[in-house]
Amino acid sequence: MEPAVTIRGLRVVRGGREVLHGLELEVEAGRVTGLLGPSGSGKTTLMRCVVGAQVVAGGAVTVLGLPAGTPALRARVGYQTQAPSVYADLTVLENLAYAAALLGVGRERVAETVALVGLGGHERQLAATLSGGEVARLSLAQALLGRPELLVLDEPTVGLDPVLRRDLWATFHDLAGAGATLLVSSHVMDEADRCDRLLLLREGALLASGTPAELRARTGADDLDAAFLALVEGPGGTAP
Amino acid sequence: MSARRTLATALRVLRQLRHDPRTVVLLLAVPCVLQVLVHELFRDRPQVFQSLGTPLLGLFPFVAMFLVTSITMLRERTSGTLERLLTTPIGRGDLLAGYALAFALVAAVQATLVSAVAFGLLGLESDHRATVVALAIANAVLGMALGLFASAFARTEFQAVQFMPAFVLPQILLCGLLVPRAQMAGWLQAVSDVLPLTYAYDALARLAGEDPFGARFRADLAVIAGATLLALALGAATLRRRTP
Repeated sequence: MEPAVTIRGLRVVRGGREVLHGLELEVEAGRVTGLLGPSGSGKTTLMRCVVGAQVVAGGAVTVLGLPAGTPALRARVGYQTQAPSVYADLTVLENLAYAAALLGVGRERVAETVALVGLGGHERQLAATLSGGEVARLSLAQALLGRPELLVLDEPTVGLDPVLRRDLWATFHDLAGAGATLLVSSHVMDEADRCDRLLLLREGALLASGTPAELRARTGADDLDAAFLALVEGPGGTAP
Repeated sequence: MSARRTLATALRVLRQLRHDPRTVVLLLAVPCVLQVLVHELFRDRPQVFQSLGTPLLGLFPFVAMFLVTSITMLRERTSGTLERLLTTPIGRGDLLAGYALAFALVAAVQATLVSAVAFGLLGLESDHRATVVALAIANAVLGMALGLFASAFARTEFQAVQFMPAFVLPQILLCGLLVPRAQMAGWLQAVSDVLPLTYAYDALARLAGEDPFGARFRADLAVIAGATLLALALGAATLRRRTP
């Protein structure tokens, strides 16, 4: 199966500093791929490249067989930004109704998505009065509305309680089971085990990739936190 | 461009306003109060109010929509909603047209209300009331287009508010309202020649006088329309899907 995202030699310069250094990676289709790495490792920049929001200095990003940012991709890729991008002065339903109208999806889908992210009962609440976790879920709902083939989610579970986190990860796998590809970033290693595949990013370079089990086996570490440290500090740690 | 996405955007902007009733009241009441103030200021010289009243009717929406739009669009830029919007199928034209539609509607309500106060309560006279209101709406859309463009140069709401005096006040000072353009120094006239509000004021002032609909009036309208389209095009150019 063709990878959903193929990145070749991707270089990005931000603020006069190169933040991605000739990145090469693939995101397998129909899987939940975790993009992990410390804060400042380039996760958000990489995701912005995939959705076509980032000016790139070089390299190629191919998404669903097309160059990233192609107009035809806009309805096929859903993006949740790291900072929740919702209209604080609109209700939950009004925010989603606008996103739905832009995507051309109907009311049933809005109701379905509200339930999917656990915002039932908050429909008529102003986004400004939602808790941080609820705003994050509203932001996520906007990305899910169009049931896109590729979902790019930038730290979707930050600030959520463990129950909700578990439920959302289950939702992610349901979506992947239905054929969607998910690229989910996180900086907490305990979420890595919930992913089918992992991409470990450090200082703008790919440190390692593979399934959680493969990474544990390669490093001989019991948990992924230790595996990550071993990869960072160990000999040849910079090679993928 | 897509009618559905344009209408959805206009509806969304209007809904945002609806959740902010204080802004709506300020938008609608302040120009009426100002019009009353001007009327009272020239109580003993009613002919001054007769010549000022009509141009002011058309200028209030220009100023109000410039401010409201530049701040709304700045919020859209800084809150991340613009970045996410531009990864969806919405066109930049849809977004701008949606804004224009929403604020033109608000301007229509505002201009109608201020006109009702001026013509109904304050005794302002005009043979071309509907044209005055239509011109007020056109000015509002011009103000909105300039506000959209100006918002690209503001990083904070403080800066956006400061663009009001920077972009708008010079235009009001030089448009001919305070000092007839013929009495201005040559270089001031030259500056005033390239400011769009000069033409908006000229058209409104003509409506207050005798036999307004000449070639100059049509030229004024053409300049207002051209400046609006230019500002919208420049505004669209500042909406980048890809940012550094």
